[in-house]
Amino acid sequence: MKRNALLINNARIIDPAGNVDEIGSILIKDGVIQQTGNNITESAPQVIDATGLVACPGFIDLHCHLREPGFEEKETVASGAAAASRSGFTTICCMPNTNPPLDNAAIIDYVNIIAARHSSRITILPVGCITKNREGKEITDMTELAGAGCAAFSDDGNPVSSSRIMALAMEKAAVIGLPVIDHCEDLELSRGGQMHDGWVAARLGLKGIPATAEESITARDIALAEMTGARLHITHVSTRGAVELIRIAKSKGLPVTADVTPHHLTLTDERVAGNPLSPGEALAYDTLAKVNPPLRTAADIAALVLGINDGTIDAIATDHAPHTLEDKLCEFEMAAFGISGFETAFGVLMTLVREGKISLNTLIARMTMGPSKILINKFGRTGSLKAASIADIALLDLNREWIVDKSNFLSKGKNTPFNGYRLKGMVVATIHRGEIAYRHS
Amino acid sequence: MSMRETKHPESGQGTLIPAAIESWKHKHVLDLDDFRREEIDLVFEIADGMAEILARDVKKVPTLRGKTIAIMFFEPSTRTRASFDLAAKYLGADTVSLDAARSSVAKGESLIDSLRTLQALEVDTIIIRHPCSGAPYLAARHLETNIINAGDGCHAHPSQGLLDIYTMRKHFGDLTGRKLVIVGDILHSRVAHSNIWGTRNFGMNVVLCAPPSLLPHGMKQWIENCGLHHISLEGNLDTALEGADAVMPLRLQKERQQSGLVSSIREYIRLYQVNNERLSRAKPGAIIMHPGPMNEGVEINHETAYGNKSLIERQVTNGVAIRMALLYLISGGKTR
Amino acid sequence: MPEKILLNSSDIERVLVRIAHEIVEHNKGARNIAFVGIKTRGVPLAQRLAKIIQGMEQVEIPVGSLDITLYRDDVGSLSFKHVVQQTYVPFDITNKQVILVDDVFYTGRSIRAALDALIDLGRPETIQLAVLIDRGHRELPIRADFVGKNIPTARNEEIKVYVSEVDAVDKVVVMKQEGGKHEHA
Repeated sequence: MKRNALLINNARIIDPAGNVDEIGSILIKDGVIQQTGNNITESAPQVIDATGLVACPGFIDLHCHLREPGFEEKETVASGAAAASRSGFTTICCMPNTNPPLDNAAIIDYVNIIAARHSSRITILPVGCITKNREGKEITDMTELAGAGCAAFSDDGNPVSSSRIMALAMEKAAVIGLPVIDHCEDLELSRGGQMHDGWVAARLGLKGIPATAEESITARDIALAEMTGARLHITHVSTRGAVELIRIAKSKGLPVTADVTPHHLTLTDERVAGNPLSPGEALAYDTLAKVNPPLRTAADIAALVLGINDGTIDAIATDHAPHTLEDKLCEFEMAAFGISGFETAFGVLMTLVREGKISLNTLIARMTMGPSKILINKFGRTGSLKAASIADIALLDLNREWIVDKSNFLSKGKNTPFNGYRLKGMVVATIHRGEIAYRHS
Repeated sequence: MSMRETKHPESGQGTLIPAAIESWKHKHVLDLDDFRREEIDLVFEIADGMAEILARDVKKVPTLRGKTIAIMFFEPSTRTRASFDLAAKYLGADTVSLDAARSSVAKGESLIDSLRTLQALEVDTIIIRHPCSGAPYLAARHLETNIINAGDGCHAHPSQGLLDIYTMRKHFGDLTGRKLVIVGDILHSRVAHSNIWGTRNFGMNVVLCAPPSLLPHGMKQWIENCGLHHISLEGNLDTALEGADAVMPLRLQKERQQSGLVSSIREYIRLYQVNNERLSRAKPGAIIMHPGPMNEGVEINHETAYGNKSLIERQVTNGVAIRMALLYLISGGKTR
Repeated sequence: MPEKILLNSSDIERVLVRIAHEIVEHNKGARNIAFVGIKTRGVPLAQRLAKIIQGMEQVEIPVGSLDITLYRDDVGSLSFKHVVQQTYVPFDITNKQVILVDDVFYTGRSIRAALDALIDLGRPETIQLAVLIDRGHRELPIRADFVGKNIPTARNEEIKVYVSEVDAVDKVVVMKQEGGKHEHA
């Protein structure tokens, strides 16, 4: 029996990276997985009886907003970390649209220091800006940012509008070897838009953001990726046209990857007009469903699901975007865009599994193996439970029914369109580097 | 005057009695999408009664005495605001009229906070006009006070829709089969939207005539998904006007040309202006309406606006009667 | 609901004739009088009175109809909102002896509303009140000048007047009220 040892017994182990789906145990020592399977003879001081639970690699989130520094009223690294940890995430990548933005090494160091306070329960990787102040004019000192530890480059929630700048940035990133994550939005086409440009926007009298606003820049980025050889990652894909473009890019062997959010896989633009929990009421103009890119149509959802299943979409990322009450409690046009997504992610995605749209194995793959590949395994995360992997594990109770209650969120952001929804499937424990980071009581 | 038919229990004959208003279910008037035909008929019937008051020398009744109606306009307006103000005063209510800066958030006070102050002052009804679509719905969700929407963004203007249909009804009688053509900036017109909803119960045939840049992209699907079978789209004004009974040109705002939605005013006039020459294609007895204010010489020419086909002035008078009817129905009772 | 008939068609006719005579006697003739019926059933009653007096005095008496909905004092109660109808008084009431006509005189609140409505239309020389039935239970200090029939009632009873112009039959009935609606007449 070794110190710091942890044994998880009797779990249904699902590890897509290792092609595993079997009942067994996992032995962890010194923060590393020693052994998995049915024939573990060693014991450990800490034992978790995981009968009836699924054990899978800890979730990896390529895209979230922790708001610190600058917007601490919406979220801090501490509150975001707590929310992510209880939701099964063991690695999260935080976007640089902070204030000041993460466009130089000093500020990345700052974030790293704060993140280190939580390093026992979650790994936080900063994403560095592509351009200074995210203005799209001058490229940052990407080498320095990489040296400070950033996992990728992005100007999220802005696109890089100038194709010339984007091309230069991609060339640099290709040399450094880190992915460029783009928020694909043609600002000319989307200007003034509040929600998807469809029949609901017409009915509500709101200006729409057409699908083309996303597709035109997606196409441009793919062409630039081909030209520069950079690893391009398209984040929060929302339209069927974009899925098709990415599929074609992949078929040509281009190093293009993509992620989609849980809300884009489950909600349509109709959610803005009404809440299914209170049917028959007046038009909702629900700011909790206001997000960029916007919730789109059932046809888009079908294409996204198909993309998840055939691998066109490699990962699911939450785009966790917490906001204060005031940011959302106002006229629709004035409300901030964004959904607080950590704490509903797994539960919401399980509805797709229960409806037979995606398999549990695929879901877990897109939340573990998929994202880890995009991080080029440079951060020691393989998103798998193979022996010698860092012991990042999530324990899931697939049968646990619960009702979303935003007042119980650990995130400061209570802005969720899923409040009150009945979900089935919940994270009951999260293990990070072999330590129990979260345990449901 | 309409009759309420009920059967006498003994004789089985019809009776004419003023019924209690059971059919009215609204706490707020936000848009015409949730108005049943009986409710619109009710508003019209009461407006007829109100019209008699407007014909008197002393236009005053004590019906809403002691009630306070707040008129909160976050967007400039002369005719609608004056219309509501007078309607309230003729019914004996006190009014308080507030102009708020376009963005109350910029002022430091949220919309809900501004309105909550009015609620705390125990105002009975708030009439609100706001540049953001959906603002009155936000108000209705967070306040106990009754809300009347006097125009929200590009979404709805229910009292205008009602007075437009009322004006046509008074002129034509039965509206079944009548053709209404709405011409112009449908995309930004809350008046057009409310008319689209309001007319569906009257058996009318409504044609929306606009260049593609001034129609919402989701228009066709909206019509289909909401069963608005009485609406059709037609890009050519001459075609649209064939056999029209009523024509409603919409104001073309300067901003539309500035933002590029309309390439030139000259071209717009050539293709979409409603004038007497074009109206020769409409029925001989066709009427002209306009929600106002007019851009004379642009969407409508001077002769047509003031000619004998124009019911524009009547719309204004009818507007006060309709607004009095709405205030009577909304303010004349508390759902505490 | 069992109803008891108090007056039938010929009873009503006799009562109206008597009231008509009283009106002419009180006003020393039929010159300068005008009837204003309170909607709904006061109107046909006023028309009948005018016709009877016309037969007696060979004078045509103007009849108007008054909608008092906008003058009611219970507009604020949600349970009972009435459709507003048109007031139609197509003659000048100033300096005339105006006789308000109503079917049932009860609390007096309808008459109070009618007085306010009338005064908004002009300045009569006198306003008199003729009612077919007086059922008592006044809540305001208002009295009728001409009463067809006094019928004392309990508060939980209801008197309904049916006139053939509106209801296809002429009768006055009393019945026990179901709980709830309490119409102020």
